[in-house]
Amino acid sequence: MTRIDAKFAALNAAGKKAFLAYVMAGDPDYATSMEIVKGLPGAGVDIIELGIPFTDPMADGPTIQLAGQRALAAGQTLQKTLDMATEFRKHDNGTPIVMMGYYNPIYSRGVDKFVTDAKAAGIDGLIIVDLPPEEDEELCIPAQRAGLNFIRLATPTTDDARLPKVLTNTSGFVYYVSITGITGAADAEAGDVGPEVARIKAAIDLPVVVGFGIKTPERSETIARVADGAVVGSAIVARIGAGDSVTDVLEFVKSLADGAHRA
Amino acid sequence: MAEDLINSFLSGPDENGRFGKFGGRFVSETLMPLILDLEAEFEKAKTDQSFWDEMDYLWKHYVGRPSPLYFAERLTERLGGARVYFKRDELNHTGAHKINNVLGQIILARRMGKSRIIAETGAGQHGVATATVCAKFGLKCIVYMGAHDVRRQAPNVFRMRLLGAEVIPVTSGRGTLKDAMNDALRDWVTNVRDTFYCIGTVAGPHPYPAMVRDFQSIIGKEAKQQMAEAEGRLPDTVIAAIGGGSNAMGLFYPFLDDKSVRVIGVEAGGKGVDDRMEHCASLTGGRPGVLHGNRTYLLQDDDGQILEGFSISAGLDYPGIGPEHSWLHETGRAEYVSITDVEALEAFQLCCETEGIIPALEPSHALAHVMKIAPCLPADHIICMNMCGRGDKDVQTVAKHLGFDMSDTEGRDAG
Repeated sequence: MTRIDAKFAALNAAGKKAFLAYVMAGDPDYATSMEIVKGLPGAGVDIIELGIPFTDPMADGPTIQLAGQRALAAGQTLQKTLDMATEFRKHDNGTPIVMMGYYNPIYSRGVDKFVTDAKAAGIDGLIIVDLPPEEDEELCIPAQRAGLNFIRLATPTTDDARLPKVLTNTSGFVYYVSITGITGAADAEAGDVGPEVARIKAAIDLPVVVGFGIKTPERSETIARVADGAVVGSAIVARIGAGDSVTDVLEFVKSLADGAHRA
Repeated sequence: MAEDLINSFLSGPDENGRFGKFGGRFVSETLMPLILDLEAEFEKAKTDQSFWDEMDYLWKHYVGRPSPLYFAERLTERLGGARVYFKRDELNHTGAHKINNVLGQIILARRMGKSRIIAETGAGQHGVATATVCAKFGLKCIVYMGAHDVRRQAPNVFRMRLLGAEVIPVTSGRGTLKDAMNDALRDWVTNVRDTFYCIGTVAGPHPYPAMVRDFQSIIGKEAKQQMAEAEGRLPDTVIAAIGGGSNAMGLFYPFLDDKSVRVIGVEAGGKGVDDRMEHCASLTGGRPGVLHGNRTYLLQDDDGQILEGFSISAGLDYPGIGPEHSWLHETGRAEYVSITDVEALEAFQLCCETEGIIPALEPSHALAHVMKIAPCLPADHIICMNMCGRGDKDVQTVAKHLGFDMSDTEGRDAG
């Protein structure tokens, strides 16, 4: 049982929905980012999504693009992102960490070396946006073999015929992208999301969380009500980008987490 | 050598869109169903005579194909070695080879019922070609162009607007071609139902590299036949400039299984291919990585972050290269070299002076390599170079580099 499985089991036993927060590793700099990440569990975050900065994030909107640029300008590397997980694990051995990003920095490091290092650093799962099931041999299979969950994105364009292929090698949970579009774009409508979550849950026995387009505690609550959890990224990253203090950022995160936990 | 183990270089890509280990479909799930639809439509069109009849008609009457194969007599005399021919794709409607491919993709888009066309452009040639064909068919056209390129290619921006296209300057990243491609992909992921993404080069996720190559192969097919008529045989060397590599793939492909034909791709060496990385030579100065939907050679740092290219030519200013070129490079079937900005400028001027042809800066790179090798080759050696674009768009850039003040109405040298 991975930390992710254990977390969902515990939430389920408590009758609670999950709240997942995304932050870009190293944004605006290593020390501040580390302080924010360490504070996330205390703010009610159940699973941490740690963004891997990349120069060309083609599925992300301006908010996360800029976060990646800030992190890279401050000297963030894939090694430093792994170091953040190692540091975090010294104080917290329960909160799952999922690394989220694009394939090239991992491919550049070497897949075998990366999955070994990630596992050793206390990473639990991977969400790699530009690796659809057609490319499972690249990283998905080696990652699962190393004991990492490989979390797949399902989208509004994933029809019934394609869904089984998308779910085949997925583990940990399924991330439903509630809109066709980039991160931080239009609001997700709970009415559209509910039936889609039900469709996925009918096809696989894994928790389904929903992200893209959730910006407020209210939305976090309504979305979590129709899914197993809600993910917020851009709205948090925007606060970091605006230069909010760590305390203010974490307070905002707590309001979002409270929203999801009310569901 | 791997080359000897391969029966044919014409059989790629495989069903997963791979040329050896290169290519593939590295896109987000939202786009996956779209590129599978496109692949199915393209496979259908490939064997549909009515599709090719429409292409042939428009290639002939709208583009002006076949483009001539021209013996560059004075240049040949000047270089004093091999016989040099130009495949004159700069004479196409819109002034470059780009329209060969755009026609194919737009006809496909119409067959798929898509009403909104998006494209990325660097120098603006692909953007102009896309805007042109969209105007002809009454389709909505949106062109993403790096803000930096919008400034240095102003005449093409105005052309696109005259043709009814919306040009969106891209400020993300550093505002060049790769960022324009990122924003085009972001548009596509947002507008999945009505939008067709018309990619301008032999890169991107499968089926784009194969599809664009197939549409551009008209260049090599014509050249092969025209050379047979002119010289009664195959050329000894085919040579073309490479940014993403579509004009080169178009010329090379029909010759790949003719083992006697030497195949040379010329990358943009910018200020020189060294560790300053002020160039766009992905094959000679990069290493394999994954970007924009495919695995190929890329300019990148030690941590897998993509670097900006640098070249005097906006059309070659891309940190990647089509995956089939990466494969031809690794198998040894084609050789790849680089030419600096300074060398390209010299070739540009020589072409103007000896042949009365103002070439684009892109084929000026190919010509600069011809200038290097032709003098050392025997008089019965035949070189076929793709003159893939005309230089009207580059006149301002060249004037600046040669110190000629275009704002001075007397036309005096600025120096």
